[in-house]
Amino acid sequence: MNTRNLILFAGVAGLFVLTGFGWSWNLALSILNMALLSSIMAMGVNMQWGYAGLFNTGVMGFTALGGLAVVVTSARPVAEGWAAGGWTILFSLFLGAATIATAIFLYNRMPKGRPRALTVAAVLLVGLFVFRHFFDPAVAAVEAFNPATYGNIGGLGLPALVAWPVGGLLAAAAAWAIGKTALGLRSDYLAIATLGIAEIIIAVMKNEDWLARGVKNIIDLPRPWPVPYEVALQQNETFLGMAASWGFNPVTGSTITVKLLYAGLFTAVLVLVILLSELALKSPWGRMMRAIRDNEVSAAAMGKDVTRRHLQIFILGSAVIGIAGAMMTSMDGQLTPGTYNPLRYTFLIWVMVIVGGSGNNWGSLLGGMLIGWLWLIVEDLGPGLMGLITSGMADGWLKSHLIDSAQHMRLLTLGVVLLLVLRFSPRGLIPEK
Amino acid sequence: MDFLNALVAFLNFVFIPGLAYGSQLALGALGVTLIYGILRFSNFAHGDTMAFGTMVTILVTWAMQSVGIGFGPLPTALLALPFGIAATAVFLLLTDRVVYRFYRQKKAAPTILVIVSLGVMFVMNGVVRLIIGVDDQDFADGERFIITAGEFKTATGLAEGLALKTTQGVTVITAVITVAALFWFLQKTRTGKSMRAYSDNEDLALLSGINPDRVVQVTWILAAALATIAGVLYGLDKSFKPFVYFQLLLPIFAAAIVGGLGSPLGAIAGGFVIAFSEVMVTYAWKKVATYLLPESMAPEGLVQLMSTDYKFAVSFAILIIVLLFMPTGLFKGKSV
Repeated sequence: MNTRNLILFAGVAGLFVLTGFGWSWNLALSILNMALLSSIMAMGVNMQWGYAGLFNTGVMGFTALGGLAVVVTSARPVAEGWAAGGWTILFSLFLGAATIATAIFLYNRMPKGRPRALTVAAVLLVGLFVFRHFFDPAVAAVEAFNPATYGNIGGLGLPALVAWPVGGLLAAAAAWAIGKTALGLRSDYLAIATLGIAEIIIAVMKNEDWLARGVKNIIDLPRPWPVPYEVALQQNETFLGMAASWGFNPVTGSTITVKLLYAGLFTAVLVLVILLSELALKSPWGRMMRAIRDNEVSAAAMGKDVTRRHLQIFILGSAVIGIAGAMMTSMDGQLTPGTYNPLRYTFLIWVMVIVGGSGNNWGSLLGGMLIGWLWLIVEDLGPGLMGLITSGMADGWLKSHLIDSAQHMRLLTLGVVLLLVLRFSPRGLIPEK
Repeated sequence: MDFLNALVAFLNFVFIPGLAYGSQLALGALGVTLIYGILRFSNFAHGDTMAFGTMVTILVTWAMQSVGIGFGPLPTALLALPFGIAATAVFLLLTDRVVYRFYRQKKAAPTILVIVSLGVMFVMNGVVRLIIGVDDQDFADGERFIITAGEFKTATGLAEGLALKTTQGVTVITAVITVAALFWFLQKTRTGKSMRAYSDNEDLALLSGINPDRVVQVTWILAAALATIAGVLYGLDKSFKPFVYFQLLLPIFAAAIVGGLGSPLGAIAGGFVIAFSEVMVTYAWKKVATYLLPESMAPEGLVQLMSTDYKFAVSFAILIIVLLFMPTGLFKGKSV
């Protein structure tokens, strides 16, 4: 940590303080929480890109899987839904997995040729029909139960904190499947494959109503352990007493307390991630990773299994993204698959990594906080700012169009920022040592 | 057993939509593959290039409509198309000059160029949203149908109707003309030949005195034309929505990879493979099956392999299969 970096971090901290004094602490803290989460995601991407040079464009998908994990683990179970078809759905999913496993087994064991191709195709086709035979009626039964409020099987009802590592596990499993197929091929194939898997994950979450109610959204997810509900705080005697003696409004105070607690939790996770990855980066394993990134051929000549190491780091980075995705969903208290957008959840994270400095965890943190702040502050203040700029114009079509389009300005701005950084300071704000 | 009606239903719901969609994908994939062959990176901004070109075309179409210029039974957008292509070409040449040229001269790694194209994508996306907004725009005009289902029924006396939309006809004919012109250009003209030489072996091409800047410029102009035509045809056939164009990246890349990146012929084949698989896997075959099977065996369900919401999964699955079993694609593209 040299002085220049300290000044950079102090500057970003100053932005948040300025937001607090200039607008409201509520706004500053919500931006801070989102920025912290984005920073964790940026660290996951940085592991893949900065340590290993892997280009993952499916960040959104891993984030969404983390969110799904929250529903699966910590949402309240819907007993009627389970009774209607929960077990049959699980059974048919197991059948589907068994079919694929059998197909892979046969493919590996049978001699190459037409009989193998035909057998594998037949196994897959029969498996599909058997799967649909069990799956379709069970799904219909589950979704028929009280579709206005439920229509799903619910989760396990476990504490929300348990859901975070589960989010990492889900994302890791998806990363394993993708990495197995696309790693070891040309570098941009991984980008295209991850772009696709992200779209498919979102499509599954939007359409499989039995799982998490699809676009009807799951609301009212439980909060993680130390965070209370605002309403409960406002009725709490001790809290009201504190509010009276310190002289703050209990309503504003309660929302700020909740956000502060979230910020504390997120910071704890962030510190853990940064600590572990710094330790890993400085270990022989980290040196090997960078050696592979800088020259795959010579690393392979030294006996390193490049594809395997790539798979390893791809899974690790995706797991970190999944954890952050789970944290985000538990903070929101709801899962809304319709809001996942690749520009926001994939490419924005990439801008954070590149601007901050790829290969450097502190850079990702700085980039996450800075770009996160910029992105959200424009969302809140953009229309007002545009209104100020256009205040001299006559009311009419153009003016309202400009005010409406203020939020699209940030895409443009971010693109320009990304291009400028890549061109003039490709190592980012805090370069790799 | 009613073979004729089954055939008409198949043509109406599977073959014609698949053919139109396949032509659009093929044109998109051609642009991706050309850029890959000459500039040697996967251009993530291609979907947004399509959106940009279509947006300009829509704006010119609106201007033409407001002064009363039309194209008879054909969509006015076809008249506006050259303006869209010109604007997109200028925009792409400008991006190349300001952004890509620097990395080309530095011989940056392909992944860096991909990330740079992400930045360009952001900018283009922002420009499009800023100018035309995020909503659906319907800009098709002229005659809606070449044959309506009703006309077909009265003409043939069949129970099943066959509707042929003007936009579908326009799509296929335009695509054929475009592809023919492109292949003529690549095979017969001096510039086209130098492009192919450059794509095959950059060093040898440079050695034989081919001007690389010119090759790159022509590539961008061709990419602009292909992207704009593909985008306008897609927009006419369905509707224009910037986000959908971004999402088209996946089937377009899948088509280009299935055919073999860098191979123009492969891109066309890939486009149709993806389009027909997508339509066939997500189509409910109940109607066709009911005509074909005896009454006692008529299906109860929709006979649909996958719901239409999962159409991306189809292109993705094909992409994965090709990556696993033949990474260079059907037509032996590059695999650097």
